[in-house]
Amino acid sequence: MEEKKLICINCPMGCMLTVAMEKGMILSIEGNTCRRGETYAGKELTNPTRIVTSTVKVSGGREHMVSVKTKEDIPKDKVMECVRALKNVTVKAPVRIGDVVMEDAAGTGVDIVATKDVGSIEAKKNELFINEAE
Amino acid sequence: MENYDIVIIGGGPAGLAAAASARRNGIEKIVILERDKELGGILNQCIHNGFGLHTFKEELTGPEYAGRFIEQVRELGIEYRLNTMVMEISPQKVVTAMNREEGLFEIQAKAVILAMGCRERPRGALNIPGYRPAGIFSAGTAQRLVNMEGYLPGREVVILGSGDIGLIMARRMTLEGAKVKVVAELMPYSGGLKRNIVQCLDDYGIPLKLSHTVVDIQGKDRLTGVTLAEVDEKGKPVPGTEEFYSCDTLLLSVGLIPENELSGGMGVELNPVTSGPRVNESLETNIEGVFACGNVLHVHDLVDFVSEEAASAGKNAASYIQRTDGSELSERTDTYGEAPGTSTDEKERQGEGISGEKSMAQSGRRNRAVRLTAGDGVRYTVPETICASRMDDRLTVRFRVGNVYKNCYVSVYFDEDRVLRRKRPVAAPGEMEEIALTKEQLMRFPELETITVKIEEE
Amino acid sequence: MYDYDVMIIGGGVSGCAAARELSRYKAKVCVLEKEEDVCCGTSKANSGIVHAGYDAPEGSLKAEMNLRGNEMMERLSEELDIPFMRNGSLVLCLNEADMPKLKALYDRGTANGVKGLRILNRYEVLEKEPNVTEDVYAALFAPTGGIVCPFELNIALAENASVNGVKFRFQTEVTEIEKMEKGYRLHTNQGVFSAQYVVNAAGVYADRFHNMVSARKIHITARRGDYCLLDKSAGNHVKSTIFTLPGEFGKGVLVAPTAHGNLILGPTAIDIEDKEGTNTTREGLDQVLGKAGMSVRNLPWRQVITSFAGLRAHEDQDEFIIEELADAPGFIDCAGIESPGLTSCPAVGERIAGILKNRMGLDEKKDFISTRKGILKPETLSREERAALIRENPAYGNIICRCEMITEGEIIDAIRRPLGARSLDGVKRRTRAGMGRCQSGFCSPRTMEILAREWNMDIREITKSGGDSFIVEGTNKDVF
Repeated sequence: MEEKKLICINCPMGCMLTVAMEKGMILSIEGNTCRRGETYAGKELTNPTRIVTSTVKVSGGREHMVSVKTKEDIPKDKVMECVRALKNVTVKAPVRIGDVVMEDAAGTGVDIVATKDVGSIEAKKNELFINEAE
Repeated sequence: MENYDIVIIGGGPAGLAAAASARRNGIEKIVILERDKELGGILNQCIHNGFGLHTFKEELTGPEYAGRFIEQVRELGIEYRLNTMVMEISPQKVVTAMNREEGLFEIQAKAVILAMGCRERPRGALNIPGYRPAGIFSAGTAQRLVNMEGYLPGREVVILGSGDIGLIMARRMTLEGAKVKVVAELMPYSGGLKRNIVQCLDDYGIPLKLSHTVVDIQGKDRLTGVTLAEVDEKGKPVPGTEEFYSCDTLLLSVGLIPENELSGGMGVELNPVTSGPRVNESLETNIEGVFACGNVLHVHDLVDFVSEEAASAGKNAASYIQRTDGSELSERTDTYGEAPGTSTDEKERQGEGISGEKSMAQSGRRNRAVRLTAGDGVRYTVPETICASRMDDRLTVRFRVGNVYKNCYVSVYFDEDRVLRRKRPVAAPGEMEEIALTKEQLMRFPELETITVKIEEE
Repeated sequence: MYDYDVMIIGGGVSGCAAARELSRYKAKVCVLEKEEDVCCGTSKANSGIVHAGYDAPEGSLKAEMNLRGNEMMERLSEELDIPFMRNGSLVLCLNEADMPKLKALYDRGTANGVKGLRILNRYEVLEKEPNVTEDVYAALFAPTGGIVCPFELNIALAENASVNGVKFRFQTEVTEIEKMEKGYRLHTNQGVFSAQYVVNAAGVYADRFHNMVSARKIHITARRGDYCLLDKSAGNHVKSTIFTLPGEFGKGVLVAPTAHGNLILGPTAIDIEDKEGTNTTREGLDQVLGKAGMSVRNLPWRQVITSFAGLRAHEDQDEFIIEELADAPGFIDCAGIESPGLTSCPAVGERIAGILKNRMGLDEKKDFISTRKGILKPETLSREERAALIRENPAYGNIICRCEMITEGEIIDAIRRPLGARSLDGVKRRTRAGMGRCQSGFCSPRTMEILAREWNMDIREITKSGGDSFIVEGTNKDVF
């Protein structure tokens, strides 16, 4: 049996959780003051995942960079591999929120999508007045 | 001179939500003046996720959250001007602004909504001694460089301040290839969310040193290192605890200050605790028809609450205009539909606005303003006065506590009477608190002078 | 033949004043500066005070230069279009027992020729400056005391010299001076240059160069002064420059408005070994705040936006040395120029040019341009003028620095004018962009973009202040 300690992230209390585990199975969770702590510890210790956010280069755009994220959370241990894979990605403007900039990040099956609109440089117009919807 | 009903200063989350709300409440001539090249404000550089859980019931990144509101503003056909700097606002609500295309121009507004946001405290505000080399950035400046321009400020990083921006930047710098050596925090607790401590620091093995500060900065051209030391209860460095960290970058995340130079210039009274305007229940400042919302009013932790507060400001500005126009209330309210995230009680509140006004007219403007005061353990409240006849059925009062309290009670006193006592397992300065007051409650106390919000321990 | 007739070591305020005065004459003059810009040493980190002239002993060169410099500053500031105002100064006397000291100061000032000195009683002082400590007993009032922007003064002198033909070599550090039969050869990191005459205006390093050519050694101590600068919102806290008589806590610090409306507190006086030791210390800053609080009440501490330290070049004899060396003909010292060096610079420049004019028999140029136009400040224009300016050049409609309201037009001007800015600090000292309450948090990325565009450089090459002071170290993910 092994014992793991982690801080619950659900609220500012930050309960210190002590989890007893054996062969990847949770035997007991202590230290939590509410049910959310249990759920959190279960997930965090058996299958920790994260949403990854980063940037990639844009060509022909009104900005040089566009922000991106994994469309869903990916295993925590794939995070670094995922951002490394983005190093050589360049997307062509225009980019819209939700556009896929890379498929299947780091073999997780999760796509990387843009989180910002970047217009193309040719489409640059005087955006001073907008009196009607685009 | 141009004329507008509402001029909104700032196109960040507060300005956008205020604009959408004012339009939905029937105001036609609205313009947002934004100094940056795009709408969205600081959210554009906050590319991490975690925004919008309250408003949209999903986790968005900053640009996505901003995108939702920008879309609303466009759909509602609200006018905005980019790259436009407001230079001055007169007490008569003449807004002087400037941009490349129009030069210097003036707009006469019926109402003004202040939504300029806040800025970061610089190194000087902490008076950190040492050299003044390149490589010292406020966390937000570094965030802009990395997230929007693609430049890495440095390779080896020390961060002072464990507020959320500091924590988020620790992760961002790491994911872009820098080595974050340590995050130091002056206070014995972090001002950031637990989630950020775990996911931004623990995930990457970055140590957090509480009760520590930077006592020396080395390097003549570029930063070569900083010295950290432990601090005592009074925040004074403890001799003998100094530890040198070699690094080429120091990020400072040491607090935000509402940007109220324009407000001060027009005569808006500021609260020295928040550095934001003093406002009444309508989020209206001491100058009639001038409203404030978002980080310019008081620094928020969650953008969802900025949007909510700004929507109230927009609605209140709308009813101010309708009231001062004296007559026709716009019929258009319904045609714009409902804002995403508008709660049912907000819809109810919108309906109540009119009857509230009648009673207000009877009682006279502001003659029965009740003072809201920050009692033991509470640093400030927003708003600071309430006129019961003018308030909505339900009013959110936001405040911050001055220390970390465990198992305490948030209590509200109407003069000497305690009317509310709510148990809080934990309350910390880093998390804004709120309570709700109802109109009904206040109406029951016609002689009420002062409402006090305080923290009571067992 | 020589490369130049005169080489001036140091592009501080003394060196540039000498260069500008020399540029009135037909001579080939060059300024050697080790940094990437002028105004990078003592000249950039001081109080910005134009002293009335009651401090230096009667008959001293310091006193003479101070009085003459003070007198010249008015016209110079008009010619060079730089901010200067006579806000007056007060020396506070905090108890009756110290009155003889105040009287002595009055007498010395009068003997030095300072005009309009008056001793004010407590009531008069508090009426004039309500925020002065209520402990004040009396004060010496000097109406000729003033404030000037040290950066603009230094830069304007250099620009004007440059327009009149003086050559400036930056990032050129003199390592050795070779005495020739006649004249000197200066070895630098950029090669060897020769001149018949050398002006040693090297600030805290002036002893080093003096001692390379002279047997009669001098010694200069770097005397560090720590300062705190407060936001413009605190700029009206006092109107005059407030000094305090030395008392039981030693020499006081001054509290004064700056030429641009901030409030400045300082300096300390700490003798150090390191001639580059411009680091502030905790003790130093605490001393500044503590002492400032003794002379002025209700100082808004929370409005401190930055702190810095400067080094005064203190010579052991406590006197300016402005003369041709007896054992090194053609080598003119301009050494030990500590306070009131900024005030004195017009007179110092005049004196050096005078020495050389006589020595070299220089003729005046007919085409000397005595005026220089500063960077156009849109805030000084009327609304109509400003609107017209933006129509003509839209860059003046684009605010880059939000705190100081500095436009892109001003920054471009700062870059394109003679000896234009190459770094963030260069832009800052010329335009004030980045000098405000957010201390360049918002504008530095934008200013970097403009610098990169104007100089056709990569953002990664942009520095804070030349050398290796690069702002960014790389691009995202470049190490992966």
